[in-house]
Amino acid sequence: MTPLLEIDNLRVSFPTPRGRIDVVQNVSFTLGRERLGIVGESGSGKSMTGRAILRLIRPPGEVTADRMIFDGTDLQTRSERAMRPLRGARISMIMQDPKFSLNPVMTVGSQIAEAVRAHESVPRRALAKRVREMLEAVRINDPDRVARMYPHEVSGGMGQRVMIAMMLIPKPDLLIADEPTSALDVSVQAQVLDLIDELIVNNGMGLILISHDLNLVARYCDRILVMNGGRVVESCAAADLHAATHPYTRGLLASIPRIDETRDVLPVLDRSSWGGT
Amino acid sequence: MSAISLNGLTICYGGIPAVHDLSLDVADGESFALVGESGSGKSTVLRAISGLAPEWTGQISVLGASRGHGPDRAFARTCQMVFQDPYGSLHPRKTMDSVLSEPLIVHGLSDRSERVSEALDMVGLGQDFRFRFPHQLSGGQRQRVAIARALMLKPRIMLLDEPTSALDVSVQAEILNLLKRLRRDQGLTYLMVTHNLPVVAFMCERMAVMNGGRVVETAPSSALRTGDFSDPYARHLYAASGGDEIVPEDQE
Repeated sequence: MTPLLEIDNLRVSFPTPRGRIDVVQNVSFTLGRERLGIVGESGSGKSMTGRAILRLIRPPGEVTADRMIFDGTDLQTRSERAMRPLRGARISMIMQDPKFSLNPVMTVGSQIAEAVRAHESVPRRALAKRVREMLEAVRINDPDRVARMYPHEVSGGMGQRVMIAMMLIPKPDLLIADEPTSALDVSVQAQVLDLIDELIVNNGMGLILISHDLNLVARYCDRILVMNGGRVVESCAAADLHAATHPYTRGLLASIPRIDETRDVLPVLDRSSWGGT
Repeated sequence: MSAISLNGLTICYGGIPAVHDLSLDVADGESFALVGESGSGKSTVLRAISGLAPEWTGQISVLGASRGHGPDRAFARTCQMVFQDPYGSLHPRKTMDSVLSEPLIVHGLSDRSERVSEALDMVGLGQDFRFRFPHQLSGGQRQRVAIARALMLKPRIMLLDEPTSALDVSVQAEILNLLKRLRRDQGLTYLMVTHNLPVVAFMCERMAVMNGGRVVETAPSSALRTGDFSDPYARHLYAASGGDEIVPEDQE
């Protein structure tokens, strides 16, 4: 099977008063129809990697790569106009905070419908039916009522489910989820991730889950890339995360308090030991 | 004598009750956690104690002294609050020096310069941070400044409203260690709000689980090791936080 996405030697840079700084450097990976997790701290370049795939980085930011192939087409040579049928329809992205990513003056139902209408023409009644089914798929009870609500009337967990519905309704092949649950409560978090997981597996999609929560990524992904200072420092199967060897990964793992915590002091990352940020 | 004692506390926002008939006792020197989902009223309790939600009935007493509804200077000297968002709780146009001096000016304390530099040392920030603005600090450094500001008046009780939920895990570890050390060195009492049960296991001795504006269960934090909760909601929260995944390998 040909991979869904091939990234080779991705670099993202931004100008600063002291010259261009690479916020992502030398990132390479291939993704099939599987679940890939990217973890790292703030500023490690994980979100920039996600955005670069969708070509969402605007000047003065600069993206270069030796290869960026999505399902046989080269993402780098596509014009902006040619990117539009890809964005949303083939590759879609769930953003972090539903409060800021939903349009406050459109009802939930019309926003979800807009995501379909942007890519295909569907009769009105069939569209309403699809929106309804999608809202049911993201486990919203009473979808007809919720579809008429505005974003400020729904809770955070529900807003995030609306976002997921909006991103999945055009049936993309690849879903990039950038911290999809960090604005949510733990109990809602599990529900939302189980839901993404179920939809991914049932539709045979690829997933890139970007998060700073190692345990969460280990639970929901097949493979994990650990990023620090714009580089991938470790790549391993999710099941082998506890056997990670890089000092940065080990440090991150150790600094998370556990629910059965008995340690008196949490180990803190010694930032000098691997010459990172 | 208990540090914080709440009795039959009902807190309203615009006439609508957010917390119903809550009674709670936090012993002196104890670290107590309020856990629950968003909207369960846990932050509202802290806001009522600190005077930010004045629409309450019942009784709040701190170190034996009953608290009124208005601003209270003597109260501010014993009890201080640290907020969740280090990006929102520091004035963007004030240097750390003036942020930290302000409580001293309000309370008319002398030796301001020494106290500010002492407070910076206490939270592990060097003197070169003293004249910086918030935008020149990272999230973890800002939260350290917010903790230093709360400590300026040498309070005995700290109200912590999700002090680490806006931070990365590695920075969270640093701030949790700092809070633990400060409590040990200065004999502080913590009342901490969080939805992160592992943080409770690390920081606190006792916890109260809140749901829908009520305390559904009070338990020692050792219950987090055994999963010994009787209330169904507390058990659900415990399972959602990964409590169902404790396997022998974790206890090597």
